Amino acid sequence: MKRLLLVLSLLGLLGALGMPALADGHCMDELGCVEVGPDDPIVIGAMLSLSGATSFYGEDSLGGVELAILGRDGMLLGRDVIVVEEDELCSAEGGQAAAQRMAADETIVGIIGTTCSGAAQGAMPIISEAGMLMISSSNTSPRLTNDDSEAGGTYYPGYFRTAHNDLFQGAMGAQFAVEVLKAGAVATIHDGDPYTEGLAVVMANTFAGLTGEVVFQGAVSKGDTDMSAILTEVAASAPDVVYLPVFVPESEFLVSQAANTPGLEDAVMMTADGSFAAGFAQNTGQAAAGVYMTGPHVSGESYEAFLALWAEEQPGGTEAPPSGFHAHAYDATNLLMDAVEAVAEEMDDGTLVIGRQALRDAMAAVEEYDGLTGSLTCQEESPFRGDCATGTALAVFEITEAQVNEGAWPPPIVWDLSMSMAMSEG
Amino acid sequence: MFKWKTDEFSWVDFTIDVLRVLIVLGIVIGAWNTLSSGRISFAQWVNLFIAGLSQGSIYALIALGYTLVYGILLMINFAHGEVFMAGAFSTVFLAEALNRTGFLNEQPVLAILLMIAFAGLVSMSVAILLERIAYRPLRGSPRLVPLITAIGASFFLQYTFRGLYGSGFKAYPQVRALQGVIQIGDVNIPIVQIFVFCSALLLMLGLYWLVERTRVGKAMRAVSENKEVARLMGIDIDWVILFTFGVGGFLAGAAGVINGMFRPQGVNFFMGFIPGIKAFTAAVLGGIGNIPGAMLGGLFLGVIEAIGPNLVLAGLGIPGANQLKDVIAFTMLVLVLIFRPQGILGERLSEAKA
Repeated sequence: MKRLLLVLSLLGLLGALGMPALADGHCMDELGCVEVGPDDPIVIGAMLSLSGATSFYGEDSLGGVELAILGRDGMLLGRDVIVVEEDELCSAEGGQAAAQRMAADETIVGIIGTTCSGAAQGAMPIISEAGMLMISSSNTSPRLTNDDSEAGGTYYPGYFRTAHNDLFQGAMGAQFAVEVLKAGAVATIHDGDPYTEGLAVVMANTFAGLTGEVVFQGAVSKGDTDMSAILTEVAASAPDVVYLPVFVPESEFLVSQAANTPGLEDAVMMTADGSFAAGFAQNTGQAAAGVYMTGPHVSGESYEAFLALWAEEQPGGTEAPPSGFHAHAYDATNLLMDAVEAVAEEMDDGTLVIGRQALRDAMAAVEEYDGLTGSLTCQEESPFRGDCATGTALAVFEITEAQVNEGAWPPPIVWDLSMSMAMSEG
Repeated sequence: MFKWKTDEFSWVDFTIDVLRVLIVLGIVIGAWNTLSSGRISFAQWVNLFIAGLSQGSIYALIALGYTLVYGILLMINFAHGEVFMAGAFSTVFLAEALNRTGFLNEQPVLAILLMIAFAGLVSMSVAILLERIAYRPLRGSPRLVPLITAIGASFFLQYTFRGLYGSGFKAYPQVRALQGVIQIGDVNIPIVQIFVFCSALLLMLGLYWLVERTRVGKAMRAVSENKEVARLMGIDIDWVILFTFGVGGFLAGAAGVINGMFRPQGVNFFMGFIPGIKAFTAAVLGGIGNIPGAMLGGLFLGVIEAIGPNLVLAGLGIPGANQLKDVIAFTMLVLVLIFRPQGILGERLSEAKA
């Protein structure tokens, strides 16, 4: 009898402990829920590169996030929206540390970030494990959306991006080199970053597949200013096109010094969106004229309105966006806020309950969303798992005298995929 | 070499000897492979060598700041790269203004002198403030304390300048008078590289004259030899130390402008970090505390960096040889520390201070 009493009382105790969980039972989500009290704000995380040499990319995206929130008067579902910032330091370790701090904050509904693909590799396991969701506005490494780990994929559930996958951009660079520039030999230069290396490899493989010859594949390191050694090697292999998908300022050093390197006078320089920065042409000087650049093709009335708003608000104290991913961050933030709106349920006491798996599902279901960066459809098939950009909003730009002398930006578009022979053939 | 045959056998000596042989073998094989393949012509080698000399003379100018301060205080001023950045970053705005008015291309000599003076003054002020605020209160504390302070000061300066001028990249305008090449045989030497080398040389000669031939130079040498005795001789030590920081700062600022003429791009708040480390390497290579040593170390490092990857690493079949340029620089540092810890010319003050 005594034993029975003991068992009963223990059961009662367990039940009492279990009560709050049951009372909390309005969360049916398998990954748990974010609960926002009646007077609490909705919190969005911004995990971007905010210090060091790549900080202007992070500031560019942060401006896009702020303007997206401002576009809704800073309100979502009748509550204030606030942004919590973490610096991912553009490295895997930095991404890991930032993700741990983000994951510890249960009020965050979703994260915009990271800036750098390397940081995403460190951050994603933690964010995914915490049941959270992350939308990057500037990761372009193909690995991140590939779920085949044997092929180098590092996809984790909960990862999305509005930036275009480099599989599109690298292939596009190669097609342009073959079809328009009629190049037979290409040299590629990267800087060891997973993003630039991935781009260089995709470009070289596609180029080789299109009956071209890859004559040199080399690398510089970040922070190099003297490129004479590698350019001498490049000149010795006599390429028609030098493909250098590196960041500024390394690309600026490469292009301006190549102009003075004997043997490279006739080689065409091509770079990618890591150099798609307003200062590139003027910083590089006369040597920049005639450089081709693949990058995001963002245009249209809504984008003009966005730029006007930027000039008015000047987020981060800049008059114009310092790089090319602000529009992607704007779209990413709007997608996140739309998903929150669609998923959130308001309880009788005014508490908002937002299911984490439901948020991910809402993101995965995005189809033909009309964003600043074109039509976005989030895909579910590897190697594009979580890719919301379809690669159509990319173009080849050519730097002209107007960019070099007058600082006009962006440069004129000379080619896009719709002009490709490969596309029209099938 | 082969000391163990006569003395007692020592594994350390043996390992170092083996290392020596391997390094010499690697360099010889790499260089032989590259040269016999004939990928790079003689004219291109000369071009690389001259580009290396120019880059090296910029390292040397910055390295002098490290060496001056070390000579006098026995401390490594790790914020010196940021002193360089302060001058270079501030002057880019002056350079842009001079370019807009056309003065830069009408009177290039005057304009460049003006820019060097301005950058020198900015860097000098930063260096003097640094000494006065961050280092002087810590004089006499253990050597690790000012070292850590210097690293903190370095971050402080970086992010102060980011706050002032933003995080984007700027570039120096190109001076028309410095464009073009001089042709000697089939070698084309860019005029700007001759300008860089000569102006750096002039500044170094100026410094040598200041230290060896003037009263204040004599005071600097006295303080570096023995502070207490110098004080007894009536030398104002605090002032001399401040002056030394100022001179080092001026040279770094001037290096900022010369670097801007040579490699115009990449001006931002973070630009001092790598040149700072490289110049520190150069100072140690030449023998820290030794003024001609810093000059020689800088030139040596610049040339090794320019020629090493193509000559040795590419010849050994190492992929991405140019990515390993920094590895060469820091391997040199390690090698010097193993085989000749006092540097190429020797740490001149080592006996007095050791």
